[in-house]
Amino acid sequence: MTYRTILSTLVGAVLCGALITSANASEYMIVDGTIPASLTGKPGDPDAGKQTAIHRQKGNCLACHVMPVPEEQFHGEIGPDLSDVGSNYSEAELRLRLVDPKALNPDTIMPAFLKVPTSEVHKKFKGKTILSAQEVEDIVAYLMTLKGSYSQ
Amino acid sequence: MKYTKYVASAAGLLGLGALLVACSPAEPKLESGYDFATPETQAMQDDDFSNPGFMWVDIGAEEWATVDGEAGKSCESCHGDLSTMKGVTTSYPKYNADDKKMRALQHQINNCRTEQMKAKAWKWESDQMLGMSAIIKNQSKGMPLNVSIKGEAAPFYEKGKEFYFQRRGTLDMACKHCHIDYPGVKIRAEVLSNGLPNGFPTYRLKWQKLGSLHRRFRGCNSNIRAEPYERGSEEYTNLELFLTHRANGVAVESPSVRK
Ligand code: HEC
Ligand code: HEC
Ligand code: HEC
Repeated sequence: MTYRTILSTLVGAVLCGALITSANASEYMIVDGTIPASLTGKPGDPDAGKQTAIHRQKGNCLACHVMPVPEEQFHGEIGPDLSDVGSNYSEAELRLRLVDPKALNPDTIMPAFLKVPTSEVHKKFKGKTILSAQEVEDIVAYLMTLKGSYSQ
Repeated sequence: MKYTKYVASAAGLLGLGALLVACSPAEPKLESGYDFATPETQAMQDDDFSNPGFMWVDIGAEEWATVDGEAGKSCESCHGDLSTMKGVTTSYPKYNADDKKMRALQHQINNCRTEQMKAKAWKWESDQMLGMSAIIKNQSKGMPLNVSIKGEAAPFYEKGKEFYFQRRGTLDMACKHCHIDYPGVKIRAEVLSNGLPNGFPTYRLKWQKLGSLHRRFRGCNSNIRAEPYERGSEEYTNLELFLTHRANGVAVESPSVRK
């Protein structure tokens, strides 16, 4: 297992409309429960996004969500089924949901994929976010393709 | 957006509700991990002959009668028959005035070894320690856990409770996010339980071995990429106190079998 060094170190309290800055150049603006602007300026790749989403050491979304990925066994049921999530949410809403779901629900179990965690992090993972900004963009692009119903 | 907010606050309320229930004195008995296990795993535990944990119970029985250390004593020399240990562990971890902190059963066993027997302490995860704690806890099988958090124990309980509700690791989760918010729900291929200590030491099919509660703590910490603590550390002993109090009323199953 290798883990990339993450580009963006995001800090600061999350407030509506607050500009969240990072240690090195990545920043995003939360507006009314969304992050409207791309985190990288580069369009997301839905195929790469799917791979990152199901990867156990990356998105690991299947731990908690049913997704239209029949080739993978055992989908968790902690969060909602994501099979139709692209019909229900905008790209900007999904971006915030991935970057920092605690901005929407402070008590959520869903991890923030683009925030540097600070509490008792294992030494192998210190200072690292779970995903990179581009990986988040890729997953957002993948989720936008999920428009249908699916049962496992 | 409305839907998300609704789900979000419902989950929040559910968490809070569970928290209130868990902390109120008239707490209903929680279900053991046994109740969440598959029928095959349950059957393995139900029959002492098919329960692999009993291989360690046998080691414990042998050690009980084995003379070791400069004092020339065995556990049996002072305590007599193992049945004298019936009910003892339901009140562990227990405050100890000499140590001025909580003793888990393993601390007490090692204290008897070093102070009473003048023998070497056992390693926490050694076959002897697993076996001895399994056979001593097995004497209380079926009895309800009943630890006290009053008096001297109170501040240690508070520390354990704080640990349980503190987010940690890369995934930034607390114990409560899995074991209070989602018992009975599938997380990938596993069904989450209340995460109770009543079956430890546990034979885990994944470990192919009996393992201590603190080993399980280390696993649950590492899975969320948090720095684990040492087995037998004060942090984990206080956490054990909190968890055992949460499980008060639930019957001892040691040695249990789990996936
Ligand atoms: C540890 C469990 C967990 C993991 C891992 C997880 N989520 Fe979630 N997710 C949840 C929960 C629980 C909710 C429900 C809302 C809440 O509690 O915040 C949720 C909500 C969502 C929503 C909103 C869905 C809706 O219909 O309202 C989306 C989108 C989402 N997650 C995407 C993802 C993606 C993509 C991944 C992987 C990169 C992921 N989640 C990983 C637990 C998780
Ligand atoms: C020389 C006598 C002696 C020997 C040998 C001895 N113990 Fe003890 N044990 C005691 C005494 C005295 C106490 C109570 C005082 C204390 O807490 O140390 C005690 C307490 C205990 C308790 C706690 C009982 C309670 O009610 O909380 C356990 C468990 C225990 N011993 C297990 C063992 C085991 C296991 C061994 C062998 C490895 C052992 N003892 C060997 C004298 C002994
Ligand atoms: C990401 C979710 C998650 C978190 C967070 C988590 N655990 Fe667990 N834990 C599990 C899973 C999965 C199992 C195995 C199935 C079960 O019994 O819930 C488990 C099992 C356990 C068990 C064994 C239960 C039994 O009956 O054998 C204990 C005890 C436990 N956890 C305690 C803790 C403690 C204490 C913490 C916080 C330090 C914690 N867990 C954090 C997922 C989690």
